[in-house]
Amino acid sequence: MDYSQFLVMSQELGLIAVFLLVFLFDTFAPRKALSATAPVVCVLFALFTVVNLLLPCCCCGSCTVEPQSAFGGMYVTNQALFTIKNILNVGVLVVLIQSIKWVNGPDQIMRRGEFYELLLVTLFGMYLMMSSRHFLTFIIGLESASLPLAAMVAFEKKKYESHEAAIKYLLTALFSSAILLMGVSFVYALSGSLYFADIAASSLETCPLLVVALVFVLAGVGFKLSLVPFHLWTADVYQGAPTSVTSYLSVISKGATAIAAFIIFALAFGEFYSEVWHWMLYAIIILTITIGNLFAIRQKNMKRFLAFSSISQAGYIMLGLIACSPAGLTAMMYYILVYIFSNLAAFGVIQAIENNTGKLSMDDYNGLYKTNPMLSVTMMLAMFSLAGIPPFAGFFSKFFIFRAAVEPGTTALYVLVLIALINTIVSLYYYLLVVKAMFIKPDEPVIARFRSALSERIGMWICVAGIVILGLASCFYSDIAAAVESGFNSLL
Amino acid sequence: MFSNILIYFVVIPVLMLAGLALTRNIKQVRAVAVVGSTALLALSGVVLYQFLQLRAAGNTDPMLMTGSWSWFEPLNINLAVGVDGISVAMLILSSIIVFAGSFASWTIDQPKEFFLWLVLLSTGVFGFFISIDLFTMFMFYEVALIPMYLLIGVWGSGKKEYSAMKLTLMLMGGSAFLLLGILGIYYHPAEGGQYTMNLVEIARQGVDRGWQYFLFPMTFVGFGVLGAMFPFHTWSPDGHASAPTAVSMLHAGVLMKLGGYGCFRVAIYLMPEAANELAWIFLILTGISVVYGAFSACVQTDLKYINAYSSVSHCGLVLFAILMLNSTAMTGAIMQMLSHGLMTALFFALIGMIYGRTHTRDIREMGGLMKIMPFLAVGYVIAGLASLGLPGLSGFVAEMTIFVGSFQHADLFHRAFTIVACCSIVITAVYILRVVGKLLFGGVQNEHHRELTDATWWERLSVVTLIVCVAVIGCFPNFFNDLVGQPFQTTFASIIDVIK
Repeated sequence: MDYSQFLVMSQELGLIAVFLLVFLFDTFAPRKALSATAPVVCVLFALFTVVNLLLPCCCCGSCTVEPQSAFGGMYVTNQALFTIKNILNVGVLVVLIQSIKWVNGPDQIMRRGEFYELLLVTLFGMYLMMSSRHFLTFIIGLESASLPLAAMVAFEKKKYESHEAAIKYLLTALFSSAILLMGVSFVYALSGSLYFADIAASSLETCPLLVVALVFVLAGVGFKLSLVPFHLWTADVYQGAPTSVTSYLSVISKGATAIAAFIIFALAFGEFYSEVWHWMLYAIIILTITIGNLFAIRQKNMKRFLAFSSISQAGYIMLGLIACSPAGLTAMMYYILVYIFSNLAAFGVIQAIENNTGKLSMDDYNGLYKTNPMLSVTMMLAMFSLAGIPPFAGFFSKFFIFRAAVEPGTTALYVLVLIALINTIVSLYYYLLVVKAMFIKPDEPVIARFRSALSERIGMWICVAGIVILGLASCFYSDIAAAVESGFNSLL
Repeated sequence: MFSNILIYFVVIPVLMLAGLALTRNIKQVRAVAVVGSTALLALSGVVLYQFLQLRAAGNTDPMLMTGSWSWFEPLNINLAVGVDGISVAMLILSSIIVFAGSFASWTIDQPKEFFLWLVLLSTGVFGFFISIDLFTMFMFYEVALIPMYLLIGVWGSGKKEYSAMKLTLMLMGGSAFLLLGILGIYYHPAEGGQYTMNLVEIARQGVDRGWQYFLFPMTFVGFGVLGAMFPFHTWSPDGHASAPTAVSMLHAGVLMKLGGYGCFRVAIYLMPEAANELAWIFLILTGISVVYGAFSACVQTDLKYINAYSSVSHCGLVLFAILMLNSTAMTGAIMQMLSHGLMTALFFALIGMIYGRTHTRDIREMGGLMKIMPFLAVGYVIAGLASLGLPGLSGFVAEMTIFVGSFQHADLFHRAFTIVACCSIVITAVYILRVVGKLLFGGVQNEHHRELTDATWWERLSVVTLIVCVAVIGCFPNFFNDLVGQPFQTTFASIIDVIK
């Protein structure tokens, strides 16, 4: 075996190195030094992120990653994948920074090393999931991305909700994996190969088994992405899990799965089968956006509220897949980037308030602007960005994804985008409810003035900077577009 | 980029935002607001002067002082600016009202936050009027909408939470249709056309004929919501009644003009064929707006509601005239935008000042204000007379042009609707004179009112600025007629030909 092909997986190897360092530090560091675990992990991961961002420019001089493959084409890398991994890295870094205070809390402090190890393993799984071009590696990636998450969801072991959420998450994850595997085995039965390229090339006739197979694959992916009607676990898990884990689950995990879904459906089931899954996805998007929105209106708990909001956001992300074009993938990646910053800003505020006061209900936010103006403004920016209000980044990402979705120019797609647009108005309503609670409600403030920890503030500042800059500075979009341009044809 | 003068309409508000963020007390806030709004007023004067110079030198391009800078290159999105006579007029209107509005909110609570939102709103307004790229235009349009939510919600009065939410959702609902319309226009140029977001380019190459019938209603309704077109006008009375003074001024004075301007600049300019064939639907709707708004104003007892319904009627007239699709009526529509903007801002300023003293806006509880606060009362009479179209003030010029233009259509449908819309003048007289008589000249209803004081210097400044402008348009209509009418002779002449 040619071991040099492992070098193609440079990002994965780097991640494994970080994982090992964290593990060694956690195991062998003297007891006194253990209090530094959280900052050490953050610094290590920040280094890893920065090196990844700069590496292609410094080593190859060309700033683009050549498309390469390893293990007989089961694993590939190219500029587009490199970029999306970098985007996720930045998000994970923010999650790590925001979670410092919680990890150092009394219940978690003995097990903080484990938290980071589990998190890094799931990230490795997501990397693999996006880079795989064979269903075997894909499923390995998917499983290692979702099973450790169950342990993370159950991390607050003295809390009943945390356990309940973990069991729910575990059972759904297993169930959905089983469905996905069933679908994949049907596909194998029909085409005789698990390589995406072979499946695409076998150009099968549309038969009932193929339809069933596609339904199963879509359902399996839909569970992970919490698309309606596979979303029932989402709200409970988001509410019960520790807030740091919820934020990780809602942005990073969702982003990676969305990209993986794009790759599967665009590559393996692209040209010949798209008419089979196109209409399924069409219906699922409408359901996801609408039902996510309608349920979000009624929520009073902030974490449940964001759970339903993130369900509908997943629907918007899937609009990039329905176009199934380079513009669709670009818009999707950009949407994920913006969504990471906007949602993490919201979770950062929720986390800061939860850590300092234990309050989680939307009614507790009444009059927050009077006591904690900075937190309120951050939350407001996050809400505006999620709702797609200019000049914040969310507006641009929404516009671009709608633009990509109508590009093929059929009437059905215009109708779909119109439904999505009308839903943005519904979503604006509930996002404004939060703004209203903080700024307009005349009640006496429930939450007293407090000073959030340095780490929480850094996390929020990064997010606010992202929300403001990502849209107005066009270079981010152009970079992603260039990456997809160079990588899209070589995705295989 | 900064060598183009138009870009400063966005740069100055952004600098004001930065300045306001650094202020520590109300004096500094006032200083920033006054300096900034004066600078904007001066800037619009300079732009007008340069524009007239260029036109006098024989430059007949559709848009002058143009500039275009690539923004999202892979998507053909540019930051493109340029003005014609109509946008110059709108810029002047906006800067006057921002100027007057700053003085009208001299003693507001939480001044820093208030002005931050107000300036963000005006950034959107100015940006909208200078843009000739569909994407940036749409972006600035939405920038202008969202601050209304907090401005009404926090500083408003009455059922402000309800009104703020209703207004924001309805206007954003309109912009949802608009966005789809913009995407459609972009993706469906006429045969052989390029994908572009530039308005002038799109107008030159045209929009695909078949798609026009779908896209024209989308964009017209999208902008029409903001132009208070029946049946999408219901946000307007509640919103205006709950908003604080300066916000009512800006909203009725400028923001509703975004609707009219957009209907004309995007819907009709880009899709004249569909406009010609579908205009009758919207003529019926706007005709209803005109008459229904006027009748509703007659039965209201809250001063702000009276004026808000009157705005529905007057803005309905703007859209009504635009849909007549001939140069006289369209010139009248732009004149009506100017006239209504100034006049309604004056109304709302005066109502805010009266409310600040009497703490009621119910006309049944007030009377005899002419004796108590003569300055404000005289201002109110002038605004009222302008509204019902007295010659010598701006309203007469605008409405006269509109009705003359509308009556040029020879067919029964247009003439009948013109006559119906003309009736609104009479109804306007009814509700204006009723209020003036009751409020200003009746007996004093509340003895406490006798102790109230007349306007302060900053209030006088705000009111006088607006009255002077109303009178200038009324006394020198030719200048403004030429300014806003010129594009209809050149640029839009081709469109009007298409329609004929």
